[in-house]
Amino acid sequence: MLRIEGLNAHYGLGHVLQGIDLEVAKGHIGALLGRNGVGKSTTLKTVMGLVKASGGTVTLDGQVITGREPHLVARAGIAYVPEGRLIFPDLTVVENIRVAERRPAIDWPLDRLFGLFPSLAERRANKGSQLSGGEQQMLAIARALASDPKVMLLDEPSQGLAPLVVRELASVIRQLCRAGVTMLLVEQNMNLAEAVAHRLHVMVKGRIVYAASPEQFRAEANEIRSRYLTV
Amino acid sequence: MQLGTLALLLTQTANVLSQTALLFFLGVGLTLIFGIMRVVNFAHGTIYMLGAYIGYSLARVTGSFWVALIVAPIIVGAVGVAFEAGILRRLYGRDGSAFLMVTFGLALILGDVVQIGWGASALRVAVPDLLSGVVLLLGEPFPDYRLFLAGFGVVMAIAIWQVLERTRFGLLIRATSQNPEMARALGTDVQLIRSGVFGVGCGLAALGGVLASPLVTASLGMAASMIIDAFVIVIIGGMGSFVGSLIGAFLVAFVQVFGNFYLPELAIAFIYLIMLLVLIVRPGGLLGKED
Repeated sequence: MLRIEGLNAHYGLGHVLQGIDLEVAKGHIGALLGRNGVGKSTTLKTVMGLVKASGGTVTLDGQVITGREPHLVARAGIAYVPEGRLIFPDLTVVENIRVAERRPAIDWPLDRLFGLFPSLAERRANKGSQLSGGEQQMLAIARALASDPKVMLLDEPSQGLAPLVVRELASVIRQLCRAGVTMLLVEQNMNLAEAVAHRLHVMVKGRIVYAASPEQFRAEANEIRSRYLTV
Repeated sequence: MQLGTLALLLTQTANVLSQTALLFFLGVGLTLIFGIMRVVNFAHGTIYMLGAYIGYSLARVTGSFWVALIVAPIIVGAVGVAFEAGILRRLYGRDGSAFLMVTFGLALILGDVVQIGWGASALRVAVPDLLSGVVLLLGEPFPDYRLFLAGFGVVMAIAIWQVLERTRFGLLIRATSQNPEMARALGTDVQLIRSGVFGVGCGLAALGGVLASPLVTASLGMAASMIIDAFVIVIIGGMGSFVGSLIGAFLVAFVQVFGNFYLPELAIAFIYLIMLLVLIVRPGGLLGKED
């Protein structure tokens, strides 16, 4: 569904993505792990068109989308749940969702989103700034779904959330996966990534250095952790 | 005597409301443009003046003030869209001074265009026949036209507020003003929103210009006098806030009308005093965000 081939990106003089190859099959969850600053978030931003690719291609459902403006990437079917959630603070919960809903949603109309996130239904008229961190994260996901995406990109969704809320998040991600949503997940939280992903990728300095199934990853977890993930 | 004081108060209040309407058309456009682009449009006063002159010509050619009132803002709005799409669009991502220079340049060019096209002398615009009479407010005569301005201001303020709150265009304007990158990543064509808002803002300024012209004549000086008021309104109300522009317009109008009546020498000083107080207590303006 989503194929990234030889993706390169530069920030000023820094060569932050040095040929990323990655594929997420339809209905699957791909996870991207790695230390701070290795280029995980940049990979998502480059797919989104928020950072300009300096080489390589991104293909969505057979269609090359590299080089498109972010709003056209979104309209092609990629939804973005950014790091820090970036909820519109002065818009209500419903308005936040409506921004992304360019035409009446078929797969994810408002009632289905509220069925998935009952706490958001209760707070539908509240401003984004009045929500807790966990509620904001759920809203960021609901907002992304409202565009009926083919692929959803999630950047550090567990960041700053209490363990109980992270568990809820994992359950939501699994439910979405069962509903057929394809996802690419960037995470620092290895346990969450390992619990939900079909394939795990580890990045070091702008490259993917390791990729494995969750079973294989679990078997080699200690070694991978000390080599690539812990500081 | 008692009734006379009351009548005076009433007509002065009606004056405040009609003046608020004129100032609001200018301030709301400036604040919407700032909210969405983080750009101060230095040409806003000149755009207002251009509206008055184009309105003058349209009223002469068609013989109808009402045609001028509708068509002039559309023409000026189109000029605004063209300017945004042709020139401002190349400057996003640069620092604010680039916008100041370019919009200031536009103000100079449009000022010259007006002077070449219409001449340097002030032009009289007649009050439309329908509104050339007076009404009696508790026995005091009050011009119909000013009463119309006050009412029209209220109607337009409600209409703009409803567009912002209830339409998709309004929702995307608000989302873009809060976080343009995120709005883009959710599929919003932010470029289109910017052009649209710049056009609407310029059109509203032109509407103010056409409405003001029967009261003050169309003149080259009207740009400079209004741009200062518009900045004061937006600074008092808070950059980017719709309600703030309404409150700012009312406060400035109040001080102008009552100040000119009771303490004409100090009226202008009062406006700056209020602005100073607001800036001390709330640096971001009454309803603005401090950033």
